[in-house]
Amino acid sequence: MTPARDLGKIRALIARHKRWDMIFGLCGLLALMIGVLTFSALFLDMALDGLPRLGWDFITSFPSRKAGQAGILSAWVGSALVMLVTAFFAVPLGVASGVYLEEYARKNWITDIIEINITNLAGVPSIVYGLLALGLFVYQFDFGQSVLSAGLTLALLILPVVIVATREAIRSIPQAIREGSYACGATQWQTVRYHILPYSSAGILTGIIIGMARAIGETAPVITIGALTFIAFLPPAPVQSTPPFLNFEWLFAGFTVMPIQMFNWTSRPEAAFLVNAAAAGFVLVAMTLAMNGAAIWLRYRLRRNIKW
Amino acid sequence: MKYWLIAGALAAAAPVHAQIVKVDGSSTVYPITEAVAEEFQKMKRGAIKVTVGISGTGGGFKKFCRSETDVSDASRPISAKEMKACAEAGIKYIELPVAFDALTVVINPKNSWIKELKVEELKKMWEPVAQGKITHWNQVNPSWPNAPLKLFGPGADSGTFDYFTDAINGKEKSSRGDFTASEDDNVLVQGVSRDVNAIGYFGLAYYVENKDKLKAAPILNKGASKAVSPSLETVMDGSYQPLARPIFIYVSDKSMNKPEVREFIEFYLKHAPALVKEVGYVPLSAQHYAQALKNFSTKKLGTGFGGKNEVGIRVEELLVREGKL
Repeated sequence: MTPARDLGKIRALIARHKRWDMIFGLCGLLALMIGVLTFSALFLDMALDGLPRLGWDFITSFPSRKAGQAGILSAWVGSALVMLVTAFFAVPLGVASGVYLEEYARKNWITDIIEINITNLAGVPSIVYGLLALGLFVYQFDFGQSVLSAGLTLALLILPVVIVATREAIRSIPQAIREGSYACGATQWQTVRYHILPYSSAGILTGIIIGMARAIGETAPVITIGALTFIAFLPPAPVQSTPPFLNFEWLFAGFTVMPIQMFNWTSRPEAAFLVNAAAAGFVLVAMTLAMNGAAIWLRYRLRRNIKW
Repeated sequence: MKYWLIAGALAAAAPVHAQIVKVDGSSTVYPITEAVAEEFQKMKRGAIKVTVGISGTGGGFKKFCRSETDVSDASRPISAKEMKACAEAGIKYIELPVAFDALTVVINPKNSWIKELKVEELKKMWEPVAQGKITHWNQVNPSWPNAPLKLFGPGADSGTFDYFTDAINGKEKSSRGDFTASEDDNVLVQGVSRDVNAIGYFGLAYYVENKDKLKAAPILNKGASKAVSPSLETVMDGSYQPLARPIFIYVSDKSMNKPEVREFIEFYLKHAPALVKEVGYVPLSAQHYAQALKNFSTKKLGTGFGGKNEVGIRVEELLVREGKL
């Protein structure tokens, strides 16, 4: 065997492998584009349909039987308030559960069962949460068909997502960080507080956002617990000019949310309402993007403080 | 300082405690109640608020009988089971027809063979035994072409489906299952407008909005001499049968004692003629509304149906029937 022929073989081998590399790269790109292009086309189509109705009036008007005057004020305020309650309950509960399972819990069959259950819960249809919430929050706890009930329902719904994301984020922290912290005499809580949580916050935030984005688009559980469709007034404001300045009545107010308003409009006979639905869809996507943007900004801020 | 100003402005914008009239129920009645609620709130300038939900007729009655709502929208009369639930909870109610909903059988505008449809022919197309067997137009009527029969209709959860099956097949919910079903009537509109061999049914309002894409089939009732097309006039004068039905609101007697509910219902019945027409439904006659208003003010409690729907009922007769609870 001469060295020249050997070289030719090796070159052929390299060329073949590079070809496979390129083919896989193209497949990957294709797979990505199917998702991206489909979403872009849908979004663009919706945006173009909704464009004539998008405007200040649309955001500041209540629903109406006249498509040209109908707006989404009660819907987006309702969605925002419900999301506020959802985040208030889901984030601390989810993050604390994740930290406990990952850092404190002993590995035994009980934690195994809990783990399996949490992963399973993430796949339970949302209507099941709605039915549970109807019995528990609406009737048992007597919260009524309120913002609070809806927020708690959606918090339950996204809790598994937040827990799983928190655990994944914590798991990606090298063991050496913990050992270093303990070596310096830190307690377990100090390690969690000053090392584990800050370093995993980026991943946790991503999980929270995925959960919140799911929650804001949910219709079924919110309808189950009795969200309204026509409501032409806002819940009481959370702040007031007289002591005690904070007012929590809004938690118990009736409400509607964006997906319900959209769904109602798509099922109307007049074609003009379809334009409203498209415009509402655009605003809903914008709200999700805004939440995403806030998370990216926060993540960036938090990331800056991490030195490794 | 700035924050206090914002807080103050927000608090000032928040209205003082207002009375709320709670309505829930059928999505068919919803557009009417929404229109009335909108106008009523405008007139009262926020002093009385109205909320309207869409839980469906059945879901609405469940809430109504638990006294969670003041008024229930219903696209069919209260059922025997629901009457029992209300009676057990001690809820009495008054039944008020507010409009007609006319089901329209639609065909493609290019369909040249349908000049009128007999109720018997509709039954042959839609009855349960037709499933898998009646697949071509000429099987229903030999003078029609040998072309595939494409059926479109609302899903089994809808009140429209209940009424159509009752009126055509003689039994509620008894229908063949092999048709294209959608809860979204706009999907049915698309389906029929794209296929010359298609036939479907849904509420009149959807036909009126899509007249350029669809044709409404005149219906020849059993024993009638002439086929009748659905329209405002034929539904109002009662000649479009058997596919026109009254739709209702139910008001609980406890809520009737609240002045805000009384005012809302009176406003509802007085302004229904104009508003019903505006949202694409067929209003009752002026006498019907006057009688309904009278029933309301004299608290004529109970349902005129006794727990069972009736095809082809006349509203004037219904309004004076003795009510059952």
